[in-house]
Amino acid sequence: MGYSNKVIDHYENPRNVGSMDKDAADVGTGVVGAPECGDVMKLQIQVEDGVITDAKFKTFGCGSAIASSSLATEWLKGRTVTSASEIRNTDIVEELELPPVKIHCSVLAEDAIKQAIADYQTKQKS
Amino acid sequence: MNTPSSHIYLDSQATTSVDPQVLETMLPWFHEKFGNAASRSHSFGWEADKAVESARATLAAGIGAKSREILFTSGATESDNLAILGVAKMYASKGKHLITCVTEHKAVLDPMQALENDGWKITCLEVDENGCLSLDDLKNAIQENTVLVSIMHGNNEVGTVHPIAEIGAICREAGVLFHCDATQTFGKMPLDVEAMNIDLLSASAHKIYGPKGVGLLYVRRRNPRVRLTPIMHGGGHERGFRSGTLNVPGIVGLAKAFEVSQEGGAAEQDRIKELRNLLETKLFDALESVYLNGHPENRLDCCLNISFGFVEGESLIMGMPDIAVSSGSACTSASLEPSYVLRAMGVGDDLAHSSLRFGIGRWTTKEEIETVAETVIHAVNRLRDMSPLWEMDQEGIDLSTVQWAGH
Repeated sequence: MGYSNKVIDHYENPRNVGSMDKDAADVGTGVVGAPECGDVMKLQIQVEDGVITDAKFKTFGCGSAIASSSLATEWLKGRTVTSASEIRNTDIVEELELPPVKIHCSVLAEDAIKQAIADYQTKQKS
Repeated sequence: MNTPSSHIYLDSQATTSVDPQVLETMLPWFHEKFGNAASRSHSFGWEADKAVESARATLAAGIGAKSREILFTSGATESDNLAILGVAKMYASKGKHLITCVTEHKAVLDPMQALENDGWKITCLEVDENGCLSLDDLKNAIQENTVLVSIMHGNNEVGTVHPIAEIGAICREAGVLFHCDATQTFGKMPLDVEAMNIDLLSASAHKIYGPKGVGLLYVRRRNPRVRLTPIMHGGGHERGFRSGTLNVPGIVGLAKAFEVSQEGGAAEQDRIKELRNLLETKLFDALESVYLNGHPENRLDCCLNISFGFVEGESLIMGMPDIAVSSGSACTSASLEPSYVLRAMGVGDDLAHSSLRFGIGRWTTKEEIETVAETVIHAVNRLRDMSPLWEMDQEGIDLSTVQWAGH
C-alpha cells in the first residue's frame, strides 16, 4: 500500500508500547480518536522537574497511526514539557513520509501529545 | 518486493487466476483465429462466429436457457447496468418503480441511483444481522407500477446467499421482472432460470478462473419476453442489445471456465468449503472477541468474513504482508466509509473497521490455510497487545459507554 520504510519499521518494532498508572500525579494521559473512526490513540508521559522522563503509547488504528504515536513517544522522551508542546503534526508527516490520506494520523498524534500535557498540567494545579 | 507467486492468495471473491485449461483454449483465438465474429464474408469471421455460438450454447445450457437468450458483455458490471437501465427505459411507460436491496453490489446500486436522479422511484430493501432480506418486505414493496426487482444471488462481501427461487416465484406471481446478479455463484452453485423464474441474470468470467473483461447477461425471450433499451449503440451486435465487436477469446474463455467449474462440481465446492470451515474453526478456537459476518449456513462456500474486535483491519493486513485478503476497513478502499454492507447488517463501524474477508479458491491448499490461521492469530494478538481498546475491555470497561473525543 506504499508505506514508507519508516512507517513499516515503527509498525514492526513499535517503540514504547505500554501503559502507566493514569492516576499517578507525575503522569499525563491523552486519549484521542474514536473506535468508529478506526483509530484511537492513548499517549502517556511521565514528568520530572519539567522534563519528560518516559512516554508510552497504545494505538488502535492503521499502520500510520501506530507509527505516528510510536514516533511521538520517541520524540517526547527527554524533552521539556514546553518543548514537547511545540511538536507539530507536520513534523511527523515529514519524518514518516505520510501520504495526504494519512495526515489525520499525525493530527491525532499531535492532539494526543497536547491532551497528555494538559492532563499532566491539570494534575499539578490541583 | 516479493513476486505474487510467493504470496498466499485468499481473495477469490475479488478475482481468480485464469485456469491453465482456460488459457490454452483461448490462445488460438488471439493470433491464428483472430477473425471478427461479425464478418459474414469470409472464413475468418465464420470460424469466430462458430466459436462464439458454441460458447453461447454451452453457457445457455448450463443455466437452463436458450442460446438466443445469452448476450455477451464486458463483465458483470456492464450486465447489471444493461439489465437495470435497459429495462427501466424500455418499461418507463408501464411504471417507474424498481426494487433492490441495500447489500447489492455498486454495479446495481449506482445505476439505480442514477435512475432515481432521473425521476424513477427506488425501494431499497433492508437486511437483518445475517444479511438476509425479508420475503414479506419484498411482497409488500411490489406496487402497481413496479417493473423490476434486482436481487443478487450470493453477496460478494459476506457471502450471504439469498433464496433466489422464492424471490423469483414472488416476482413471477406479481408480474414483475426479476434480475439476479449471480456474479459470485455462476458456475459454483446450481442455477436454473426456469425453475428459479429468473428473467435477467448477470455473470462474469473472472470469478470462475476465466479472463477479465468478459461476462454475460441472460435475457428471457419467452414467458415473458423481456425487452431492453440498449445502452451501447453502434454496429447492432448481439441482436442490437449490445453493440461492439465480440471479445472472441474472452467468450471462448468464459465458456471453458464455466465447463471446468461444472466438471469440478460439488466435489470442488465441498473441498473449498472444508478449507473455509477449517480456517473458521482455527480462528474462532484461538481468539476471543471474533465475529462472523454473513449467514452461518446460507453462505458462499468460499467466503469467510470475520471482524476481529479491538484491532483495525488495515493494520492487521499490514501484519500479514504475504497473504492477500480484503478488508471492510475504510482505510483500504478509495472511499472513506467502512463497508456499507456490514453497516446495513448492523455491524458497528468499529467492527466494520476490524473485518477481513478471506476467499478460498481452486488452488488453495490445507498448508496455506494453516499458515494463514497462524499468521492471523499472531498478528491479532500482537495488535491487541498495543490496542488501548483491548486494554480497556480487559479492564472491564464497556467501550460503548466511553465518551470518545471523535475526530
